[in-house]
Amino acid sequence: MPDLTPNGATGGTSGGTGVEETRIVTRRLHDRVDDSWTLDGSLASGGYEVLRAVLAKGDAADVQEQVKLSGLRGRGGAGFPTAQKWSFLPPNSFPRYLVVNADEGEPSTFKDRMLLELDPHQLIEGITIASYAVQCNLAFVYVRGEFALGHERLTRAIDDARGKGFLGKNILGSGFDCEIVVHRGAGAYICGEETALLESLEGERGMPRIRPPFPAIEGLYAKPTVVNNVETLSTVPHIMQMGGEEYAKLGVNRSTGTRIFSVSGHVNKPGNYEVELGMSFRDLLYGLAGGIREDRKIKFFIPGGASSQWLTGSDEHLDAPLDMDFVQQTFGVMLGSGAVMVFDETVDPVLVAWRLAKFFAHESCGKCTPCREGTGWVEKVLYRMSQGLGRPQDLDLLVSVGSNISPGLVNAPFVQTTICPLGPSAVSCVASIDKFFRDEVLTRLSNDAGVHA
Amino acid sequence: MSFFDDANLTKAREIVARYPRAKSAILPLAHLAQDQNGWLSQEAMEQIAELTATTPADVLGTCSFYTMLKRRPCGKLVVSVCTNVTCLVVGGPEVLDHLEHRYASEPDVTVEEVECLAACGGAPALQVNYEFHERVSPSSAEEIIEAYRSGTLRARTVSGASVA
Repeated sequence: MPDLTPNGATGGTSGGTGVEETRIVTRRLHDRVDDSWTLDGSLASGGYEVLRAVLAKGDAADVQEQVKLSGLRGRGGAGFPTAQKWSFLPPNSFPRYLVVNADEGEPSTFKDRMLLELDPHQLIEGITIASYAVQCNLAFVYVRGEFALGHERLTRAIDDARGKGFLGKNILGSGFDCEIVVHRGAGAYICGEETALLESLEGERGMPRIRPPFPAIEGLYAKPTVVNNVETLSTVPHIMQMGGEEYAKLGVNRSTGTRIFSVSGHVNKPGNYEVELGMSFRDLLYGLAGGIREDRKIKFFIPGGASSQWLTGSDEHLDAPLDMDFVQQTFGVMLGSGAVMVFDETVDPVLVAWRLAKFFAHESCGKCTPCREGTGWVEKVLYRMSQGLGRPQDLDLLVSVGSNISPGLVNAPFVQTTICPLGPSAVSCVASIDKFFRDEVLTRLSNDAGVHA
Repeated sequence: MSFFDDANLTKAREIVARYPRAKSAILPLAHLAQDQNGWLSQEAMEQIAELTATTPADVLGTCSFYTMLKRRPCGKLVVSVCTNVTCLVVGGPEVLDHLEHRYASEPDVTVEEVECLAACGGAPALQVNYEFHERVSPSSAEEIIEAYRSGTLRARTVSGASVA
C-alpha cells in the first residue's frame, strides 16, 4: 500500500558527514516541524519580534542601510543587490507597490514553495519590514497558481497576522499601514519574469515589457514598484535582527549570507539545503545531499536552474565555491535560482537538453520572434537527435539557431535578441552539449546518419 | 442570468475590490468560476467581463494564455504529471504513460503532462487537483487517484480550492 498522504514541502535531512547547513531562513521549519506555518508556531519562535523592534525604532532609512550593509542580493535568480533595487524608487512618488515574486517555476527550484507552505509568517514579516523601508502601503504576493497549499497557508497567515495587528492599519501602534493582497497565477512560467508578472497581475497575458522604463519607475499600474523574491524577503527579518554587517560576514566576496539550494536528481538525499555561500559544490552534493546513487559518477549537473549552462563532474567544477560571481566569471554559468540538478553517467545529455528545450518552447510567450520560432526549432532538432534520427550537421545547426536568439551563447550576463531572458535561457542546453559533449554527440550523429542513410 | 451563484457573486465583488484596477481580478475570478463550475465557460467569462469592466474578448484574451484555465469541460480530477528533467530521469514519463492509458476512457479523470511542479526533491511528482503527491510510481499513482475517486482522499476543486 503506498503512502496516500498528500505531500507538503520538506527540508533536506543533512548530518553525519561533517558538512553542516547554516540554517537561518529555514531554522523555524526544521525546529517546529509540526506547526512552523501557524501563528502560534511563529510567535513561539520569535515571529514578528523583529517587526516590532523595527517599528519601535521608527527609522525606515536604517532598514535600507542595514540591507545595504548586508550585501543581500536577490534570491530569485538574477542576484541583483536588493538595497540598490529599493533605492531606485523615485522619492516622493506615491502610491508605490511592493510585489513579491512567488511564481517559482524555474525547473528544479523548490525552495519558495517550501517557504510559503512552511513559514508564511516569516515572509509576511519580511514584506511588512520591506514595505516600511520603502514606504509602501500595499503589497502583492504573486503566488504560482499550482501552489494550492502554499496559497491557502499564506492567505490564512495574512488573516491571522492582521488579527494580531501585524498588518492593516496602524501596525502595532506605529502609525504605519500595510496591507497584503495575495494573487494567484494560473500556469505560466514566464510570469516569474518580473515585468511579465506585473502584466499578469494587471489582468493581462503574461508577456514581458520592454525596459526602460524599469519597474522601479513605472511598474504595477505604471507606479513605482519593487519586485522581490520570497527567499529575499524572508531573509530581511534576519538581517535586521543580526545587523547588516554581521550578516555580511557570512558568505564569500559579494555573495554574502546563506542561500537555500534545491538539490535534485541522482543524489541520495534530494532536498532543500540552506548553506553559507562559498561552500563547494562537492560539499553540497556529497556532504549534504548524500552523494550519487549507487556510488555512480556525476556526468553533468545544472548549477542554477534550467536557464543556466551546465557543469560536469570534474574536480575543477565540483570544487568550485557557491559564489555567484566566481562561477559566472570562471565557468560562464549562473547560480541563478539555486537549483542544482544532478545527472549520473547513465543519463543521455541530448535527452535532457531536448526536454529542457521542450519546456522553453512551451513556455515562450510568443512576443519576440527569435524566441517564439527558435525555441520550437531547437526542440524539434534535439528531439530527432535524442531519438537516433539526427544528422551530422545538426549540432552546428543548433548552435546557429541558438546564436540567433543569444549571440555567442554566453550565460550570465546574457546577450540576447529578445526582450526577456527566456530566449537565451532556452539555448543554454545547446551551448552546454556543444561545450562538454561535442565529440560524443558528433560520433553519435555520424553513426545515426550511417544507420538511417 | 448570473453565472456565479449568490455566495460566489459576493465573493467575486470582494475580490474585485481588493485591486486598484478591476481588470486585475480576471485571474482570481477565473479560478473562482472553475471552483464553482469545474471549468471556465463562455458564460463565466462574460460575467467576469462585466464584473471587471472589461469585454468578454479581453477576458478570453487573458485566460487563453494560462494552462490552468480549462476552456473546455474536463474531468472532476485533473491529474498533472511532471516530466521535466528531474522527473524525466527518475520515472516521470512512465507514470504519465501508465495513467494516460489507464484513464483514456474515463471522463472523470483528466491526465495532463505538465512542466516542473517544484517538487523535484520528491521526484517523480504529480498533483491531483493541485494537491502534491511525491515519489510516485505508476501503480502508486493509480492507487492515489482511485483513493480520490472513492472519496478516501478528499479532492480540491479543479482550480485547487479546498472543499469544506
